[in-house]
Amino acid sequence: MSLTSQSKRRDFLKVSALAGGGLMIGFPWFMGCKPDIKSDIIPSLPQPDQWFDISGFIKIGDTGLVTIMSPNPEIGQNIKTSMPMIIAEELEVNWKDVVVEQAGLNKDVFTRQVAGGSQSIRHGWVSLRTAGATVREMLLQAAANEWETDVDELTASEGTVLHRDGRTIGYGELASKAASLEIPTDVKLKDPKDYKIIGKGKQNVDIQGIITGKPLFGIDFKRDGMVYAVVKRPDAFGQKIMSLDDTATRNIKGVIDVVQFGDKVAIIADKIWAAIKGQKNLKVIYVSDDTLENTISHNEDLQKALSNPTKEPKRNDGDVMRALSDADEILDRTYIAPFLPHNPLEPMNFFADVTASKVELVGPIQTPEWTQSRVAQLLGRDASEVSIMLTRMGGGFGRRLYGNFALEAAEISDKIRKPVQLIYTREDDFASGPYRPASGYRFRAGIKDGELSGYHLIGAGFNMGNATRENWFPAGTIKDFRVDSHNLKTNIPTGAWRAPVTNFLASAEQSFIDELATKLDKDPITFRLELLRNAKDNLIGEIDYELDKMIGVIELARGKSDWGNRKNQGFSCYYSHNTYVAEVAEIELTDDLPKVTRVSCAVDCGIVINPLGAINQIEGGIIDGIGHALYGDLTFDKGKAKEKNFNQYRLIKMSECPDIDVHFVESNNDPTGLGEPTLPPAGGAVANAFFKATGKRLYKQPYYKEMEMLG
Amino acid sequence: MTRYKINVNNKDYDIEVDKDTPLLWVLRDELDLVGTKFGCGIAQCGACTIHIDGSASRSCSIPIDTIANKKITTIEGLSDQGDHPLQEAWKKHDVPQCGYCQAGQIMTAASFLKEKPNPTDAEIEEAMHYNICRCGTYLKIKQAIKSAIKS
Repeated sequence: MSLTSQSKRRDFLKVSALAGGGLMIGFPWFMGCKPDIKSDIIPSLPQPDQWFDISGFIKIGDTGLVTIMSPNPEIGQNIKTSMPMIIAEELEVNWKDVVVEQAGLNKDVFTRQVAGGSQSIRHGWVSLRTAGATVREMLLQAAANEWETDVDELTASEGTVLHRDGRTIGYGELASKAASLEIPTDVKLKDPKDYKIIGKGKQNVDIQGIITGKPLFGIDFKRDGMVYAVVKRPDAFGQKIMSLDDTATRNIKGVIDVVQFGDKVAIIADKIWAAIKGQKNLKVIYVSDDTLENTISHNEDLQKALSNPTKEPKRNDGDVMRALSDADEILDRTYIAPFLPHNPLEPMNFFADVTASKVELVGPIQTPEWTQSRVAQLLGRDASEVSIMLTRMGGGFGRRLYGNFALEAAEISDKIRKPVQLIYTREDDFASGPYRPASGYRFRAGIKDGELSGYHLIGAGFNMGNATRENWFPAGTIKDFRVDSHNLKTNIPTGAWRAPVTNFLASAEQSFIDELATKLDKDPITFRLELLRNAKDNLIGEIDYELDKMIGVIELARGKSDWGNRKNQGFSCYYSHNTYVAEVAEIELTDDLPKVTRVSCAVDCGIVINPLGAINQIEGGIIDGIGHALYGDLTFDKGKAKEKNFNQYRLIKMSECPDIDVHFVESNNDPTGLGEPTLPPAGGAVANAFFKATGKRLYKQPYYKEMEMLG
Repeated sequence: MTRYKINVNNKDYDIEVDKDTPLLWVLRDELDLVGTKFGCGIAQCGACTIHIDGSASRSCSIPIDTIANKKITTIEGLSDQGDHPLQEAWKKHDVPQCGYCQAGQIMTAASFLKEKPNPTDAEIEEAMHYNICRCGTYLKIKQAIKSAIKS
């Protein structure tokens, strides 16, 4: 939030009467943003007759009930709970008197309305606290005016202003007066030791709606006169439409229209089932105008790239080539991982209503601002005509960063000039991407006189840009150190997948470091600590992580996991999204195949806003990391994905999950990301535990296939 | 199109749909009961789990034509006030992340616990094996089921 720009828009901050959910006008059926009166989180205070809009973030009702807008898209990372908690802390209200509403895209009031990169809390930390503190100061000033006293005589607590002489007045009585005051620009933020809400576990604000089946998600959105669209896309990447026969489709009862746009065909129907049947009955002949790729050639391309460094290394400390040629021995290992679909459980969908005067979009999207500008460009409209309302998202994992489904919905609605809900079938989602790209890593480490001498990483990925993180661990700890990265091309659409790049880079690196430690006859944890501690006195070049924080989580995980005293333990640690994580996995073998039984996880994410939600993210990241490292495999033949639905693609199940114990490094540092950082180390921890159990190393994901072969 | 009378959550409905329409789309499109979710369409993920005469079933793969005279319960009808012991336990343990699969998880667990009120951990895992949670809330789901058993 920009306070300066907001104070320039005084007119915007007028009292607005929003009696009984009046904000929802136009969305009478949709409950996504409307408080559920049955929820136990809903406060004891009565519903107000009038709401006073005090800033873009906060409305206060005449009964003292507070509505806090949650600006960022909610994708399961629980920011719809944790971001308002931060505001409520500074506002000095009881959490039970707070109602949370999801804000739509509003560039005038909010900044960075994005769910991505585990950055919502980190970026919002100052602005959310400032938003709460600003309104608190305005309420204090309103009370000072009311009582004709100095504001220094007053304090705020639990939705009430208290005078030193014992008088009190509720926020509800002050709201209308506060709303007309000047907005202070320099407000004081609370000392963390005084926090009453931050650091206390708060339940998901949407939980009552979730467990009773309320229409919270994009796919649940309905509007009078709305039609459904299902789209037939080319069977393979690299194909275009040659001919189209829609006779059978049009004969299906309920199908209204068949509309071709580019190489896609939309089947429009009054009911979803009719549209799905219409899609199945559409006869399209495609012609290939580009290479039809396959997994065998992808792997060959990766291996070929990894055989040579690049001309321009990403980082080059000392002289690795010389160190390696002088070494007594070189450990040379290559790791490969496949393409992966994101598979959020709510299939892609979006609502669009394009008319002469406006473009209205509603749905699950991680990047509303980007989507607004792309839709405006696509339809030749001004961005100001395009509105986006955000719904709760049934998962994303990166898939909903890419608003191609919103663009499709907008284009279809523009063509048929009707409100339309576009829905992907699961098969559509598997077949259309974007996907996590396949990648490979080759590590070479020199060993001379029993010590590490030189470390060279070559990375390669498809459409990945930089496939490495050249300034992260072990950068800075090794004298002769080099990182190269190859960017390979593909016509298969690729994109960010939870913890982009590092979701596999970490597995590869942490497996290699474990093998290297074993080769050097060192304990894997001791070896990492030696590297880090030596770097404290003799850092090589610049690094993007803090040595002490990495050491801190390693030591915490070592202690909590009872490292070395239990069977089949594998260690892994990783820094990403500004957060430090160390994990110890334990496995048991049945018929040579492992079950991960326990993971001990140490996390340094700065101050923990909502421990309940934080532990959910940590557990989810670990389980996601283990599941995809073991089972995730999307393969291509003749330009198309071979796996088409969950009967052919294995996701982790309850019985395959370990017990997880979570340990936070106590900290009052600014909060950092949690949605992604526990995922990257998980695969390496499992691979290293598998080595302890079997003496065998894993180099190719999905590990389960390799384990079966090794077993 | 064929006319059907169906009973959902103790309420009778008259509908007119194609015979092959999956129950999932009848619930969502015809009756506006959208708590039952579309996940895969082939009975693999469990997001669409409902009860037919008390037994957990996958509504995405059950044509409307096959369920005459049967009683259907959806998440909206599991309890009057959203206070089924499993729903209470889900709240207590703050189970959901994205939340999309949770109605299906609860419906599977509710039917299972009716048949087996005191299951072992292994039996819980077996019963829940075919409900996917892409966010990985499995540990919380297991805890919530165990705490619902105790209550």
